[in-house]
Amino acid sequence: MLSPVILVPAILNGLLTGAVYGLVALGLTLIYGVLHIINFAHGALLTAAMFAAFFAHRLLALDPYLAAIVLTPLFFALGYCLQRFVIGPAAHGEDRNILLVTLGLAVVIENLLLYAFGADTRTLNLDYAFDIVDLGIAFLALPRVIGFGVVLVVALVLWLILSLTDTGKAIRAVAKEKLGAELSGIDVGHIYAVTFGLGTACLAIAACLLIPTYYVNPHVGNAFVLIAFTIVVLGGMGSVALVGGLFIGVVESLCGLYLGESLGQIGIFVMFILVLLFRPSGLFGERA
Amino acid sequence: MRGPSIAHIVLVIAVLATVPLLTASNAVLNFLIVALLIALVGQGWNVLGGYGGQYSFGHAAFFGTGAYVTAILQMRYGINAWPAFALGIASGALVGAAIGALTFRSGLKGSYFALVTLAFAEVLRILASVAPITGAGVGILITLDLRPQAFQFQSRAPFYWIVLALLAASLVIVRLIEQSRFGAWLVAVRENEDAAKAVGVDTVRVKLVAMTISAAITAAGGGFYVQYFLYIDSGIAYGPWISIEALLAPIVGGIGTVFGPLIGAVVVKTLGELTKLITGDAPGLDLVIYGGVLVLIVAFAPHGITSLLAALRIRFARLRPSASEGTHV
Repeated sequence: MLSPVILVPAILNGLLTGAVYGLVALGLTLIYGVLHIINFAHGALLTAAMFAAFFAHRLLALDPYLAAIVLTPLFFALGYCLQRFVIGPAAHGEDRNILLVTLGLAVVIENLLLYAFGADTRTLNLDYAFDIVDLGIAFLALPRVIGFGVVLVVALVLWLILSLTDTGKAIRAVAKEKLGAELSGIDVGHIYAVTFGLGTACLAIAACLLIPTYYVNPHVGNAFVLIAFTIVVLGGMGSVALVGGLFIGVVESLCGLYLGESLGQIGIFVMFILVLLFRPSGLFGERA
Repeated sequence: MRGPSIAHIVLVIAVLATVPLLTASNAVLNFLIVALLIALVGQGWNVLGGYGGQYSFGHAAFFGTGAYVTAILQMRYGINAWPAFALGIASGALVGAAIGALTFRSGLKGSYFALVTLAFAEVLRILASVAPITGAGVGILITLDLRPQAFQFQSRAPFYWIVLALLAASLVIVRLIEQSRFGAWLVAVRENEDAAKAVGVDTVRVKLVAMTISAAITAAGGGFYVQYFLYIDSGIAYGPWISIEALLAPIVGGIGTVFGPLIGAVVVKTLGELTKLITGDAPGLDLVIYGGVLVLIVAFAPHGITSLLAALRIRFARLRPSASEGTHV
């Protein structure tokens, strides 16, 4: 066993990373919870958001945390349009078709980015990227601590939107009983698109939180999304998604510690498969 | 079940077999070999996805296993290429049966099944990228040995005939499945699994057999890939590209039809080549087109090109009598 001196920072760092996983998963579960579809384009959209945050800094000298203010509404609009004008009409209401359409979108987005920017891995060099917070028992990277705080705020804001606003109430109504909601005058197509937009907006924020300490390349989103899927399958809807994210963050951090970086990722996949096999429908709901 | 007869298949294959006699162009043969290879891999996907309705997003798991086993047995254990190829197919089938047993017994379907197959392929990719036996990041080069005994040839024509023969076998297998009781069970599972179970179909077993056959056909594609390109690494073997091409070909051509994967593979590969011609060899752009085609096909022709052709034929059949009626008036 490793001593607490190594173990505690590993766990804390895992928690910080996990918060961002949680945010990505939050977007995914929101879409799943309302539209009952698994959005395979989630990872590609995250990659796109990370590129956007990267170039906002590189070209416009916009700090990632400020870029979030611009990118969040932009990605909300993007998500809204994708659902309203592409996924919704193309799927003809069939689950199998939705799988394929979102997969097709993922392939298009990812490879457009590859075509435009090449396969190179890029990083931002921000002067605060290596600032640390000394907790006495562990040193934590400042950007990750900020990220953790922002995720909590975003989750709170989402919760407030869903529970207090009219649109939020409509979203919950559609999630519970689509037909009933439609009969009482809710525009389901619009609510679907709003939900998809909110899920995509979560990605823009996650991207801005990630970019100061992480790299970006055309495939970077996939790793996050498999983790997000794992969290969803673990049974995390809504706030539970955050907890799931934190849990996975710690697991990954510990696997990395014991198995090394490249095999550390396997821990997540194996856990994902095990969870799927042994509690397939779980809290995930009955629909497949 | 309606569909092309074995005679149709023989005719199509016979026509295709004459191509190397008509042209010696390496570019043409290379293009067709890759297209037929994708048709073969897609036919594997079609058995499970098209007839069984189980959409796998991770057929790379079988392609890669077929490829790696063929390569590893030759280069690490000195086994002849032909038995290595056969064992590659068997290993792919085994992996298919194992993943199928795990997933279908747990009752995974729909999105979960797509997700878990994707995850299996990714696990295999990561393992292959670090394990010494697969050559880790470097991959495996097959030693050049241009003799038919070594499954290597001087010219492309023999490769073309071999992949065509493999495709022919897969077409016949799929046609036989279509006509068999097993095929009827499989389609019943696709259309309504609960109803199939209610009338006594052992749905788990049916899906498991379908997945094993599906994996074997796709693994044959992987083994052939290695012999043709003489190189394999984790990104090629288990990468998402092949999982996507495997499902794209049957969906574009016509899902759950005998010739769908072949038609789809030729169309998709032609589009890919045209893109390359127009834009140069830019990375990613052919896949952008593939993704776009996938969305467009699902949106406008969910039953693929074959259904469009069938619809056209019906329209023409209707046009003719109406034209003759026109002359009466």
